[in-house]
Amino acid sequence: MIVLEKRPQPSRAWAIATPILAVLATMLFGGLLFAVLGKNPVEAILTIFYDPLLGPHAGYYRPQLLVKGAPLVLIAIGLSLGFKAGIWNIGAEGQYIVGAICGAGVALAFYPLEAWYIFPLMVLGGAFGGWVWAMIPALLKVRFGTNEILVSLMLVYVAEQLLASMSLGLLRNPQGLGFPGSRNLQQYESAHNAELFANTGMHWGVVAALLSVIFAYILLNQHMRGFHIRLTGDAPRAARFAGVRPARLILFCLGSGGALAGLAGMFEVAGPSGVVSIDFNVGYGFTAIIVAFLGRLHPVGVLLAGALLALTYIGGEIAQSNLGLPAAAIQVFQGMLLFFLLALDLLTNYRIRARQTGVA
Amino acid sequence: MNAPLLSLQGITKAYPGVVANDDVSFDIHNGQIHALLGENGAGKSTLVKMVYGLVQPDQGQMLLNGQRYAPPEPRAARTDGIAMVFQHFSLFEALSVAENITLGMENPPPMSDLARRIHEVSTAYGLPLDPSRIVGDLSAGERQRVEIIRCLLQDPALLIMDEPTSVLTPQEVEILFRTLRKLAAEGTAILYISHKLEEIRTLCDHATVLRLGKVVGECTPSETTAREMAELMVGREFGSPLGAGRTVGDVVLGIDGLSVRSPSAFGTSLKNVSLALCKGEIVGIGGVAGNGQDELLAALSGEILTPPDAIELLGQPIGHLRPGERRHLGLLSAPEERLGHAAAPDMTLTENAMLTGSVREGLTTAGFLKWRAAEGFARRIIEAFDVRTPGPDTVARALSGGNLQKFVIGREILQRPVVLVVNQPTWGVDAAAAAAIRQALLDLAAQGAAVICISQDLDELIEISDRFAALNEGRLSEPRDTAGLEIEEIGLMMGGAHGMEVAHV
Amino acid sequence: MDLSAINPALLLASLMVAATPILLAAIGELVAERSGVLNLGVEGMMITGAICGFAIAVETGSPWLGFAGAAAGGAVLALLFALLTQVALANQVASGLALTLFGLGLSALIGQGYVGIKPPKFARLDIPVLGDLPVVGRVLFGHDPMLYIAIALVAGVWILLRFSRAGLILRAVGENHDAAHALGYKVVRIRILAILFGGACAGLGGAYISLVRVPQWTEGMTAGVGWIALALVVFGSWKPWRVLLGAWLFGGITVLQLNLQAAGVAIPVEYLAMSPYLVTILVLVILSADKSRAPASLGKIFHASQ
Repeated sequence: MIVLEKRPQPSRAWAIATPILAVLATMLFGGLLFAVLGKNPVEAILTIFYDPLLGPHAGYYRPQLLVKGAPLVLIAIGLSLGFKAGIWNIGAEGQYIVGAICGAGVALAFYPLEAWYIFPLMVLGGAFGGWVWAMIPALLKVRFGTNEILVSLMLVYVAEQLLASMSLGLLRNPQGLGFPGSRNLQQYESAHNAELFANTGMHWGVVAALLSVIFAYILLNQHMRGFHIRLTGDAPRAARFAGVRPARLILFCLGSGGALAGLAGMFEVAGPSGVVSIDFNVGYGFTAIIVAFLGRLHPVGVLLAGALLALTYIGGEIAQSNLGLPAAAIQVFQGMLLFFLLALDLLTNYRIRARQTGVA
Repeated sequence: MNAPLLSLQGITKAYPGVVANDDVSFDIHNGQIHALLGENGAGKSTLVKMVYGLVQPDQGQMLLNGQRYAPPEPRAARTDGIAMVFQHFSLFEALSVAENITLGMENPPPMSDLARRIHEVSTAYGLPLDPSRIVGDLSAGERQRVEIIRCLLQDPALLIMDEPTSVLTPQEVEILFRTLRKLAAEGTAILYISHKLEEIRTLCDHATVLRLGKVVGECTPSETTAREMAELMVGREFGSPLGAGRTVGDVVLGIDGLSVRSPSAFGTSLKNVSLALCKGEIVGIGGVAGNGQDELLAALSGEILTPPDAIELLGQPIGHLRPGERRHLGLLSAPEERLGHAAAPDMTLTENAMLTGSVREGLTTAGFLKWRAAEGFARRIIEAFDVRTPGPDTVARALSGGNLQKFVIGREILQRPVVLVVNQPTWGVDAAAAAAIRQALLDLAAQGAAVICISQDLDELIEISDRFAALNEGRLSEPRDTAGLEIEEIGLMMGGAHGMEVAHV
Repeated sequence: MDLSAINPALLLASLMVAATPILLAAIGELVAERSGVLNLGVEGMMITGAICGFAIAVETGSPWLGFAGAAAGGAVLALLFALLTQVALANQVASGLALTLFGLGLSALIGQGYVGIKPPKFARLDIPVLGDLPVVGRVLFGHDPMLYIAIALVAGVWILLRFSRAGLILRAVGENHDAAHALGYKVVRIRILAILFGGACAGLGGAYISLVRVPQWTEGMTAGVGWIALALVVFGSWKPWRVLLGAWLFGGITVLQLNLQAAGVAIPVEYLAMSPYLVTILVLVILSADKSRAPASLGKIFHASQ
């Protein structure tokens, strides 16, 4: 018989090894899935993981890695702060949308004025939008004890409707011949989140993502607030005993998560996407949940996990066009990754032992 | 002598790192009240869990009425007539008494019959109980009755009781003992687990003493002195703690008309609690668990805020201050629950030193943490209080109960408190660690600090405190000098038999 | 704008149809939560049920087989959750989210070939006499069998929890798993069964959307109904009949806003479409004051140590 035995202390080695094992297991089972779909599994896996980095057209794909990775990392860093404290913001997708609407709204309010201060104001607007959207579940939780999981998620659907309304109404391009969607911010110089160096994919969102990683690292390891976040996650009663005020922590974690998601939305709408449109959001807010867990809620881990998930997005697109692999297969692939991670996490906290039974 | 009811032969059970039971053998006879004696960690609980089918022995065998007995699960044990009352009750707070009882029965009668039988049996054994009440609303003593009735309804041949008196007042203990004697007279065997020597001498016919998982002796308690049993149990002699040389000074902590609503659904609110605590004294606060102990500690530690004037430290109102601010002023505390309240289980000792030490030990600058200083503080605690651990990088839950408790108490004492409040400082701690902790509290008071010691261990309170008060349903009795206090008086301060009527047996 | 175009009898009848998917998912989740398991993967199990039911109904031509397949699909996904949380002892919140993300992807993958197809028609029950009653007949007795099965399920769960020993044991496990274990009950086994039941019900709820309510297949067609079902369990204070009431309330709001959209009310369509989600939030806020009825072990990890 197999029994689980709790380790006296979580294993550090396994804590690092499980994400890697989870990726390998996902490749294996993902390959099986692709085989079932009638694709050559080896070719498919190589297309996803090798081609974007080192394949013949890698020069074109590599910048994309930064473009896709930046919002994932920005959002996931914010989520990981909350998750560490046991505060479950799963509505980052909504905060991302509202951040984009606010950021774009600021820009379009100034159009066609060209001025240096427009972009910084957009950054503030984006962060503010996401923050406000996250403050709704935060305040409801603090004031009424309402479950933040459900409220933050419901607000995603509300935000999607808001996005539809904005792209059909308030923010619609007056010169767009009646088509839905806003003006293209890429063509509005003061508002454009352009590449900082041509053809690198490096834009202000990438800078912000890297800064957020550094910020989170220092916060969690060197600052009292971060210590309190970790303490609350490990033992809420001990946290109150230490003097943590749960309400403030909730406002901080949800608020900073929302602001970072809002920033991600703003950088996206002002850069790679360019327009506020009905199909602006592509699920970064949800994929970021996978990123946060895969990165073990550790800032550096999140950075690596963000890069990996960005890779699956790009690789998935290549596989879609080259091999005809359906887009949904990549979604399944990403979901599988989280499954394996959670399952294998067992090894960090428990030891598996064989035990003989019935000896008398 | 007639054949034993249950015979344990060479029972051995090992867990990683510890041998919980090592070649344990003894017999229990019908109608016998058999004590299983040993200090915390001696392996008593593991042993009875094997008898009850919750765990299986690695080696050895048990015979029940001469037949091989190896229950794979509690259900099988119950079918064979073994019943058990747990130390931590296996009750469901949101369910009614009757529902709780039917869950513990193998062939429960329909609910209507059951209610009638509960009424009959509970009256017959002097433990009246209303079947329709919700268990969460019952007192600790009444909850224990639920467990006992659950067992009695199955006519057990052997009743196992794990530390049953820790939740009772002396008067309630009397009622329980009468019930147990009546059961024994009817032929039921009782396996009575305890580390309280006096009650074993009063109640039990025979005692088996365990130390470090081994049987180290058997005796007839009524013919053995408590001191002899203690030495058998602990394996060496213990000097009484030295408490001499204390001078009681001015009032440092004043609690005045403190009323607090309990934050938890089944908790007890504090009602008009008043106390004046002086420099250099230890006030012991007794009482049955769940009578407001947690709430009192929380109100003093700052986890629950009160009107400013309800609590004064050195003449300054502090009821509105948060835990950090109170620590700054010198009011420190150590809650009962070691893992999860006093310490974070998955954090290292260094991080746990930071948990309460950051204010008084200066472990932060402008909100940034000084980890090196925190580690130094953790090392000082480990050294000063003889905490057995590989080092400050070990996580709290890897420590044994006694070592973690020494760390938690030491962490507060080393911060030079003006007032220290501790709740259950030696609960579930081995005898050596308990003695060390009590001595540390006495030394702290001798150095001029004031100490409030909340505990359910009356012996401990009588041993170390200058004055004694008791919590009963959220009210604190008038404190009395400990010297010359009778056990009967203490019992009445704790609420007597809590108005639980005693049916005539 | 023409409010007179809204027919109250038709409105009530469609209310019951709109409420059924939420009801099915919520009653399943209620059982799981009563056993102490918080499965946030309802949305994922529903959408999987929606496509499994749709595909099987289309391939076999039988809506009944479709529903059976949907229940199986939901249960298989739930089994994954059970393995993660009960065997691998993973965090329930994270596992539930994983289940939803996975289910959304999986359903999209399976559903590729089924976009734009009409499923076989699921006949309404033709109840003589009762069905011909004016208004009442249309509102109460003119529906498909699944709708009645859903209500029967609510009654069944109520009876199980309230009167049966199995239900008592289930509640006991949800209240205090350590005590239940100490009494010898198989906590893990009971929870796995509750999770599977929850998955099967969510699957049925999903298939009801794709086979009856819409009826066709589009990606992500459950659009948050699974999450609303989760909220509904809280709304119903973990009591079956209150869940039924809540489901009708949400069904009513959904139908009303659709009718208002159709009637051309001066409120933009997007704001009407937000309303079910906003109402959910509102209800959660109003009810969050009372947490006392939640099973005490809800969401906690159980590991039988020593």
